[in-house]
Order: sequence, then structure tokens, then C-alpha cells
Amino acid sequence: MDWEAIRLSLRLATLTTLALLALGLPLAYWLAFTRRRWKFLVEAVVALPLVLPPTVLGFYLLVAMGSRSPVGRAYEALTGHTLAFSFEGLLAASILYSLPFTVQPFAAAFAAVDRGLLEASWCLGESRARTFLRVVAPLSWAGILTGMVLSFAHTLGEFGVVLMVGGNLPGRTRTVSIAVYDQVQAMDYGAAGRTALLLLGVSFLVLAFTYGLRRAQRKPWTLI
Amino acid sequence: MKRLRSALTVLLGLALGLTLQAATPRTVSVAAAADLQFALVDLQAAFTKVHPDIDLALTYGSSGNFYAQIVNGAPFDLFLSADETYPQKLMDAGLADRASAFRYSRGRLVLWVPAASPIPLERLGLKALLDPAAKKVAIANPRHAPYGRAAEAALAKLGLLDAVRPRLVYGENIAQTAQFVQTGAADIGILALSLVKASAMSGLGRRFELPLDAYPPLEQGGVVLTRTRDRAAAWAFRDFLRGPEGVAILKRYGFLVDGR
Repeated sequence: MDWEAIRLSLRLATLTTLALLALGLPLAYWLAFTRRRWKFLVEAVVALPLVLPPTVLGFYLLVAMGSRSPVGRAYEALTGHTLAFSFEGLLAASILYSLPFTVQPFAAAFAAVDRGLLEASWCLGESRARTFLRVVAPLSWAGILTGMVLSFAHTLGEFGVVLMVGGNLPGRTRTVSIAVYDQVQAMDYGAAGRTALLLLGVSFLVLAFTYGLRRAQRKPWTLI
Repeated sequence: MKRLRSALTVLLGLALGLTLQAATPRTVSVAAAADLQFALVDLQAAFTKVHPDIDLALTYGSSGNFYAQIVNGAPFDLFLSADETYPQKLMDAGLADRASAFRYSRGRLVLWVPAASPIPLERLGLKALLDPAAKKVAIANPRHAPYGRAAEAALAKLGLLDAVRPRLVYGENIAQTAQFVQTGAADIGILALSLVKASAMSGLGRRFELPLDAYPPLEQGGVVLTRTRDRAAAWAFRDFLRGPEGVAILKRYGFLVDGR
């Protein structure tokens, strides 16, 4: 078992989830409550990673992060190394790639909150931020948790983008899904089988947890 | 809400813990042609005995893919290509150190079938590619893998390319190509001798070596990259590959080493 790759994947998935939590909450809030006419365009952009081939996203990211692009050069001037083929580059790619897995459950949960409760809170003089913290968030905790769990799991499982942007560097960008690919090519089927089984188990647990949450959400009083 | 908050605390703690990494010793990142993937295991073990302070971080792939990655800024220290064209291009672009360029071997092509294959490889030789049981013929992708290019050139030179082309399947690199045949997904493959000589394959199949004049020589070159962080460490491994111990291991895996 390639523990180095497993540690790296866990670190990547955790940081991606945290970044997406910070980014996803306001974005999902806006999507759930805005009345802008062009909202559907933003929704389409957020959902793009669901349908785009990973190679397309990987190609664009590679070009954008490479040492020939202005972004890549600016980053290199600041840090001394390129953004492509680095852990930070991988993190940026994962955040983009898992965006819909976070934002969509968040937005769906927010939209399901009874608008009357929000208006009541506002009429009682609470600010939007406090209303969000005291009313919206507690009522949509299952959706928030689902979004976080899904983005974590999706980051663990991503392959194409990571391979193109990360370049399979041990200890830096070789994630666990790429380690399996490597082990198969090296005909080390024993190691590949063990790693694959671990990923299968984790994926199943994550999905069971998510669907379990959905069940719990229908009778929230038993869990809060 | 309480649950959410405690879940967040746990996650934050986890993230902090995972971000703190142990200090790394001297590391040489090696981008190695996939035909080296078994030989390098032995080379790494022998090198670590001489230089216990230097870690080798090995990545295998097709040389053309590595070339593209290095041009885009991939942080490798040493590039072991399956040909000499890609190192040359990197030197011309100022991305590789001309003084470090060296030829470490000449690659060899073999036909290989799994032991249980009905194809009588020993009797047919090259004609085995035309055997009806050879429904899928694996070669490496000629667009970015030198072994694939050599295999295609050999097929063309032997006048077999048109007959074989509809049955070709392409591996991403020569190691994946070998894996296609080893698992039986393809019936026969044009592979690197260094892979089929390794223990993962040697007892599992039969091979026929292509005559050296059937394809343009696969001279294989290595080069230290200019953006390396630890030039001395990269040179140490480069010199080890050229030294008696390195050469002996390369020879064991069927690489022809010039004049030694």
C-alpha cells in the first residue's frame, strides 16, 4: 500500500473541502435566494465540471498554470516554483473540479428552507448574516454536510485532471487514484488490488453516509 | 448546529495535522522512460547503498509526455528518455544541461506472447504478427512513445504495417503496452526487452527478439534539467548510471550499453 499517496490524497481532499466550504456557502446562498435573471448562467458554469471531460479541464488548467502563461509566471516569480505539477496547483484544480459537488447540495438545502422563517427573522431585526447563522444553516445542516462529504470523496477519486495537471510526482502530486494506475502498469496487481479495495470501501461508506443523512433529514427533530 | 460546528472543528484539526509535513532529505526527481520501471528498482536499491542521504522520487511514463511536462515547468531533476531526440530538444530550449547529456543504453524490441498463447512465436518469428490468433497487437503510442515509434518503423520496414494496422492497440507508454499483453487483453505485443526480462514477466511468456537492423537504433539518452534544485545530487545519480555498478544492472535487463 502506498501510504505516501494515501496521506497526500487525504490532505488534498481535506483542504479542498475546507476551501469549498468557504467558497461554496456564499455562492450557494446567492444561487438559492437571488432573483437575477441571469442566475441560470452562473448555475451552468458551476455545473460545468460535471459534464466536461477531465481532459478538457486538465488541458485548460495546464495551459493556465504552466510557465508560459501570465498566471503561471507570476506564481513562479512569487514562490520560485511552477503552479502546475505542484500540490498547490492540484489543490486549485480540485477546488474547481469538485465545485458542483459542494455548491449544488448547499443550494438545494438553502432553497428548501421555509422563506417565511427567514422573513420572520428579518422582521425581528436580525441581520442577514445572523439569520443565515441562526436560521438557514441549522435547518440545512444535512445538505451542508452532504456537500462537504461529496466534495471530499470526489477529490479522493479524481484521476484525469490530477494526472494532467499534477504529473504523478511521488510525495507531491501522486494521489491514491494515480498510485493504483501506477501499480497496475508496474504489474504489481497485489498492491493495486489492496489500494483499489480501500478506495471501494471508502467510497461505499461515504455514499452510505450521504444517503443515511438524506433519510435523517426527513425527520430532523430526531437528530438536532 | 452543534454537530456542524464540531464536524468543522475536527476537519480543521485534521487539515492542520496533514499540512505539517516532515522535513524532506535531498531528493532527486527522476522522469524515467517506462522501459526502465523494473531496472530502476534495482538501480535505486544499489544507489541508495552508496548515497544513503539522497532519495530518488521516480515517475514513469512515455518520453514524449515527459518532454511536454518539462516544457510546461514540471519540477524534475533528471530525465531518462527512451530516445535522444527529446533530451536534444530540451537542451536546444535551454531546459537541460548540455554538459550532463549522456547515453545510457540502446533499447531493444521484442515480440512477446503470454505462455498459454496458441501463437507459435518460436516457429513463426516475425510472421507471428500475421497469425490469426493475433487479433489484437499492442504497441506503444507512436505519437509520444519512442518504443511505439520504433515498433511502427519496424512494421513498416518489414512490410507488415498495412496488414497489422487494423489490429493495433496503443498503450499510453511501453509499460502499459506490456501490461496489455501480460493480462491477455492483447494477444501479442511489440515490447521493450528490459520489461519482459524482469521477474514480473519473464516466466509468464515467450519472446522473439526483433533483429537490430529492423528499426532505427533506439539510442537512449539522459540529461540533468536546468531547473534542478540539487544539481550535485542529480549528477550523483547520473554518474552512478554510467559507473560499473549501474551499467551492470542495465545489462542484466537487456539494455545494450555502448562500448562497455
